[in-house]
Amino acid sequence: MSAIVKLQDVRKRFGDNEVLRGISLEINPGEVVAIIGASGSGKSTALRCMDHLETIEGGSIEVCGHQLGAGKVDLHQLRRDVGIVFQSYNLFPHLTVRQNIMLALKHVRKLSRGQCLEKANRVLDKVGLGMKADFYPEQLSGGQQQRVAIARSLAMEPQVMLFDEVTSALDPQLTGEVLKVIEDLAAGGMTMILVTHEMAFAQRVADKIVFMHQGLVWETGGPEILSEPRTVELQQFVGTGL
Amino acid sequence: MDSFSLIQFEYMLKGLGWTIVLSLISFALGTVGGFGVMLARVSRLRPVRLIAALLIQIVQGIPLLVLLFIVFFGVSIFGIDVDPLAAASVALMLYVSAFLGDIWRGSIESVQKTQWEAAECLGLSRWQSMRLVIIPQAVKLSLPSTVGFLVQVVKSTSLASVVGFVELTRAGQIINNSLFQPFLVFALVGLFYFCLCYPLSRWSRAMERKLNVGNR
Repeated sequence: MSAIVKLQDVRKRFGDNEVLRGISLEINPGEVVAIIGASGSGKSTALRCMDHLETIEGGSIEVCGHQLGAGKVDLHQLRRDVGIVFQSYNLFPHLTVRQNIMLALKHVRKLSRGQCLEKANRVLDKVGLGMKADFYPEQLSGGQQQRVAIARSLAMEPQVMLFDEVTSALDPQLTGEVLKVIEDLAAGGMTMILVTHEMAFAQRVADKIVFMHQGLVWETGGPEILSEPRTVELQQFVGTGL
Repeated sequence: MDSFSLIQFEYMLKGLGWTIVLSLISFALGTVGGFGVMLARVSRLRPVRLIAALLIQIVQGIPLLVLLFIVFFGVSIFGIDVDPLAAASVALMLYVSAFLGDIWRGSIESVQKTQWEAAECLGLSRWQSMRLVIIPQAVKLSLPSTVGFLVQVVKSTSLASVVGFVELTRAGQIINNSLFQPFLVFALVGLFYFCLCYPLSRWSRAMERKLNVGNR
């Protein structure tokens, strides 16, 4: 099985601050990978590089066959293959839930109105929000908004989905409903990369855990590394996290 | 000496009509120009941004009165006879474009950057993101200040009187030249302007409250 996402010696700096100091990762189709680590360890930056929201200064990234490094990237095609969900939901406030989902289906995938509607209804049912289709984002709770954001991304039928601390802005009660949706997707075989602080969730759902520390991939392995860390840093991190 | 009668009043109303016409023309042309200026100001090309910024600075740095003189007298030098309404429209259009362009740039930039990111990640092109995601939100943000600026435009049209365009102010001057009752005449002129501008101001303020701009 060949990797669907492959990072090799990726480097990235913001000014004097070297955020990624050469990270390498391989993710296979259908895998669920959780990236964990302290704030400032570079985990969000690594994720954003995979969708070309940040450009890299060294190394190479290959996502669904697209080379993201030097040279021109076919962003249009990349964004059809990769979906991303953000911490702050980033729904379009001037559109209803259904319109949020249909916008890119109509203007990017150029589907007919009927097809857009059908897809929108299907993904909304999937995240359990069929009855909220005509609401505006501000009328929904944070957890519901995040589920809409997941549905919006899902509707584009990406091959890989990236989740950037999607529950960090939510209280524990609402976190549960969002994690449930992600868990369902995992069960459905979606390839997912999650940057998360939810250790228990990562341990339960992820096939692979990537622990980042000071801009490096410090330790990686199956979910068992959370209960039996090999490095002192992960031990300390888990000690404070669980 | 005549006294103020229905004839003078009708003449003044006609002037008021031309004030409204000139306001609408300058606002319509200025909206188009301002949209272009705004697009240039948020362009990804640095030279385009700089040129637009320079033009805004030039127009904003010249009194509207002088701008009017430049367009009216300046162009006549080349033997082209400029109609006062045309000259006033062009000068006001430049003025409105520069200010609206700046107001709208501010609104575009006050839409959260993450909205661009979200649109981009769904595969929308830059222009699609602008048109479908950013502008609809920016329009809402910019409406109060845009309507507020419309009030300025209505009042600024009075300057067109200096190039001989008979709008409300010029009509008042002409009537006063024959009646010599400046207090009565200009108080009336003032009242007319107030009746045009006050509802606009109120509308602008109401929208501002509705948007709750202060609390953002």
